[in-house]
Amino acid sequence: MSDDNTIVRLEEITRTYQMGAVSVSALRGISLVFRAGEYIAIMGPSGCGKSTLLNILGCLDRPSTGRYYLGGLDVSQLKDDELSAIRGARIGFVFQSYNLIQQLSVLENIEVPLYYQGVPEKQSRERARYLAELVGLGERLDHKPNELSGGQQQRVAIARALANDPLIILADEPTGNLDTASGKEILAIFGDLHAQGKTLVLVTHSDEVAERAQRVVRLRDGKIEYDSET
Amino acid sequence: MIPKPESLFSRITERVLGFSAARLRQSLKMGMKSLWAHRLRSLLTVLGIVFGVCSVIAMLAIGEGASYEAQEQIRRLGSNNIIIRSVKPPEEQVTTTERSFVVEYGLRHADIQRIRSTIPGVKVIAPARVIRRNVWVANRRADCDVIGVVPWYTDISSVRVKRGRFFTDEELNRDMNVCVLEEGIAQDLFPITDPIGQSVRVDADYFRVVGIVEPRSDPNGKGAEEKTDQNTSQPQGAPNRMYIPLTSSKSRFGEVLVRRSTGSISAERVELHEATVVVADLKDVVETAQIIEEILRSNHKKKDYEIIVPLALLRSAERTKRIFNVVLGSVAALSLLVGGIGIMNIMLATVTERTREIGIRRALGARKKDITFQFLIETVLLSTTGGILGVLLGLAIPFLITHFAEMRTIVTLWSPLIAFSISAVVGVVFGIYPAFRAANMDPVEALRHE
Repeated sequence: MSDDNTIVRLEEITRTYQMGAVSVSALRGISLVFRAGEYIAIMGPSGCGKSTLLNILGCLDRPSTGRYYLGGLDVSQLKDDELSAIRGARIGFVFQSYNLIQQLSVLENIEVPLYYQGVPEKQSRERARYLAELVGLGERLDHKPNELSGGQQQRVAIARALANDPLIILADEPTGNLDTASGKEILAIFGDLHAQGKTLVLVTHSDEVAERAQRVVRLRDGKIEYDSET
Repeated sequence: MIPKPESLFSRITERVLGFSAARLRQSLKMGMKSLWAHRLRSLLTVLGIVFGVCSVIAMLAIGEGASYEAQEQIRRLGSNNIIIRSVKPPEEQVTTTERSFVVEYGLRHADIQRIRSTIPGVKVIAPARVIRRNVWVANRRADCDVIGVVPWYTDISSVRVKRGRFFTDEELNRDMNVCVLEEGIAQDLFPITDPIGQSVRVDADYFRVVGIVEPRSDPNGKGAEEKTDQNTSQPQGAPNRMYIPLTSSKSRFGEVLVRRSTGSISAERVELHEATVVVADLKDVVETAQIIEEILRSNHKKKDYEIIVPLALLRSAERTKRIFNVVLGSVAALSLLVGGIGIMNIMLATVTERTREIGIRRALGARKKDITFQFLIETVLLSTTGGILGVLLGLAIPFLITHFAEMRTIVTLWSPLIAFSISAVVGVVFGIYPAFRAANMDPVEALRHE
């Protein structure tokens, strides 16, 4: 069934949205296995179901049918609070538009996931400082997001995604809003994380970004069109 | 083993709210930070609560002060007392000023006798005559009410002897020329010497001062300070008083009082101006007053008297106060309601504005409960801050009123407490809906929100 290093196992996942009288199928039976340490790029044209898949992978959304095992735990039909706990403990998010909380400083932004895990203040502060230094922002701990460049903001977001040492990091077009140079920096960090053995799932339009990944999954009309593994 | 208070508190909060005390502290800090980030908005939001709370406290303080004052005045008359006063009947007022007849009206000694013999429960009857005269010491002059009373007058009124003594039964029976001065007038007439044993002159008669009584208790001691002016014989407020035996009053000044007003002279014949009836049992007061009324009505052709029942006045004052409190309560409730709606309105706008933040927090592991709690804490912080500001302002206003308008105000301990707790409750009540709205957003939708 599953070998020991399976992180994600999707079995026949479908997701149907009810738009008034019409129902729209965004995913029509996705089965995938991600193993620990993999660096996966999910590609495909707009409307192919990438975002829906990412939301389900990130436990922000539940599949209509099918099973989703994350780290061996069936999370496909968990309750809302349980999903929150899973997100907080096992998943790191990196968004296209960074999604930092504007009124909080760099350090406080990195601390947010730790706060919801109930990590004591002192410990969480130490961890946040360590992560900020890791992504090269040791000098800007007390800056607010709007005082940082796009690339720097995205680095804060990566530090935040790493805060709880998640099983899997999900990145949605992480370089989409960045200039080429900053984009390269971010991708370099992802490269480092991969080298350290983190599991990365990256949604992108860009072939250039996808090239750096170890494995490419291409979606079309809610189905897997191509998987470099198989 | 007894757990440390900190950990006990933590366990309680954990049980009740699902949060540890440390989390609570962190949430409070976070809430304050985000309110501080929008200082002006937060301030404007809480203004409704501030003014609501402040007006409740200030109005209560003023009302309490006024009613205390009124009740004090009534109580000074004595709740067991019934006071009968001579009143000039209105129809005669017109005719006499023109023709300068001697008008006869008011209570008589016979009335007092009748009351005394008819009603068994009556303890003391202290009749009194009030005559306005100038009092002289050498060439010092003071305008004052010369009051003819009986020695037991001190038992039933609030008059308290400060130095010396009140006059005796013997002095009454032998209509001696003795007098007791109120402290204010005593100071005016005898600025350096001790008045006791000295004499004062009223018209052609000299009276020996045997005692000094305390000024009628005005709370601020105003009665003592407002001295009679040397030049204008018109004192401000209540005139000073000098007490002499009732019999002396009758024999020295007669029963006809001549009043000179501009252009005309009027004379009145009044035997007694006032009489105080003391009823032994408090519950008989009202009934006794009715009997007295009947006795007087059957013996007087005109209604030239009035009956004052302090107890009834006290009860009506209490009733008035209750009504006042109800009105005040409704005004307060209304203003806090408006304040609460104001807060809710802003919180709803804030929730919409921070949709994205809510989505981010949900993605990073916040439960619905965490989001609810976050917004609820902000609302409660807002409303209690407003409450505190309101209490401070509400305490300052009565202070200023007392200071500048010289009105008595009383801040009761419970009024700021209640006002503050209500503001906290308002925060919870009006914060719940926006907080639930924030918590029940779909995280995916919230993250997509621009």
